[in-house]
Amino acid sequence: MAQMDKRIRIAKRVAKELHDGDVVNLGIGMPTLVANYLSHGVSIVLHSENGFLGIGPEPQAELADKDLVNAGGKLVTIQENGCCFDSAMSFAIIRGGHVDTTVLGALEVDEQGNLANWMVPGKRISGMGGAMDLVVGAKKIIIAMEHINKDGTAKIVKQCSLPLTAQAEVDLIITDMAVIAVHKDGLHLIEIAESTTLEEVVAATNAHLLFSEDNIRIF
Amino acid sequence: MVKICTANEAVKDISGGMCIMIGGFLGVGTPDGLVQALVEKGTKNLTVITNDSAFPGVGVGKLQDNKQMSTLYTSYIGGHPESGRCMEEGELKIVLTPQGTLAEQIRAGGSGLGGVLTPTGVGTMVEEGKSKIVVADRTYLLEEPLKADFALLKAYKADCHGNLIYHFSARNFNPIMAMAAKTVIVEVEEVVAAGTIEPDNVITPGIFVDLLVKGR
Repeated sequence: MAQMDKRIRIAKRVAKELHDGDVVNLGIGMPTLVANYLSHGVSIVLHSENGFLGIGPEPQAELADKDLVNAGGKLVTIQENGCCFDSAMSFAIIRGGHVDTTVLGALEVDEQGNLANWMVPGKRISGMGGAMDLVVGAKKIIIAMEHINKDGTAKIVKQCSLPLTAQAEVDLIITDMAVIAVHKDGLHLIEIAESTTLEEVVAATNAHLLFSEDNIRIF
Repeated sequence: MVKICTANEAVKDISGGMCIMIGGFLGVGTPDGLVQALVEKGTKNLTVITNDSAFPGVGVGKLQDNKQMSTLYTSYIGGHPESGRCMEEGELKIVLTPQGTLAEQIRAGGSGLGGVLTPTGVGTMVEEGKSKIVVADRTYLLEEPLKADFALLKAYKADCHGNLIYHFSARNFNPIMAMAAKTVIVEVEEVVAAGTIEPDNVITPGIFVDLLVKGR
């Protein structure tokens, strides 16, 4: 499956988790695609951690405003329900539990719901930005990522080996191969993608998956 | 009335060893004229508190290009490869801080608080060396307040008393930094007459502002 097709499959599945009226923060990169695949009748309010609610689509060049960018620094628009605030308010919204769902990528997720997505020792450091606050503060944490690394190694592991972004905060993992819910007793495999098999998902996961074969749905 | 001066005059008292807060998020909402004046002045050994080191040649990134910082408190250096290299090689001390924690440390500094308790960073490298406090069964890190000698800020408009309004996402760290520094210099696009900005619409009260500079 081509890279872009995998990303679209993940984004479409993540979009099904979002409900009308939700306040949502989408991480930079693939998570931003989710906004393109919302179910009919679902309208969400996108939070931008640099200080506004109501992110709209990319503007046409002549309508771009240099002072209106998303958290990745890309020019965007603001919707008519939007509003602006400072960074302390922005993170009070996040930490205070006023964001319903955040969708982020990951380097590793483990059986306890620990997340590593900000640093690889020995590689150039970029900093955590707002990721640690988002993962601790949002009500629901969805990890959207490819199931395995480019070199074939697992991203879903027994225990994260990379420096953590947050401890035991992940709720749901959505990959190109599977949907996995994180509960206190471990990782529950609840869906697998069409064109993949249970055996392939288990082989691509370096952690214990809990499931009952009859109840696994296809997405 | 707040004094209006040029960017070069405004930064003349900034000297090596001082701590400077600079507004902006990836260059948006950064006072470019004030940063440029600081670059031209060439002051070294600055401690800078700012959200990110932006990009080479952009915003706070120019202070990185010109090696004017000795310590940097920030949340993100991924846009400026030189920041990461200087950190690795020990040329620049960088205190990487979660963005929401950085905002609250600055807010605490300007609000007379002894710090804030945040759950962010518990169980990660961020907790190293910090006190942990349990409140109602949840663990928090004690994050200490941040203050500065100068704040270099960007607003959209000021009235002649220094009351400020901002534009879209260029607001970011500017209003909280306006409260946390001894001397606050604000670059604005326009200075308007007293009363032009409705009192209800003022974001930053003019009492925090010491100097205004007209920028673009």
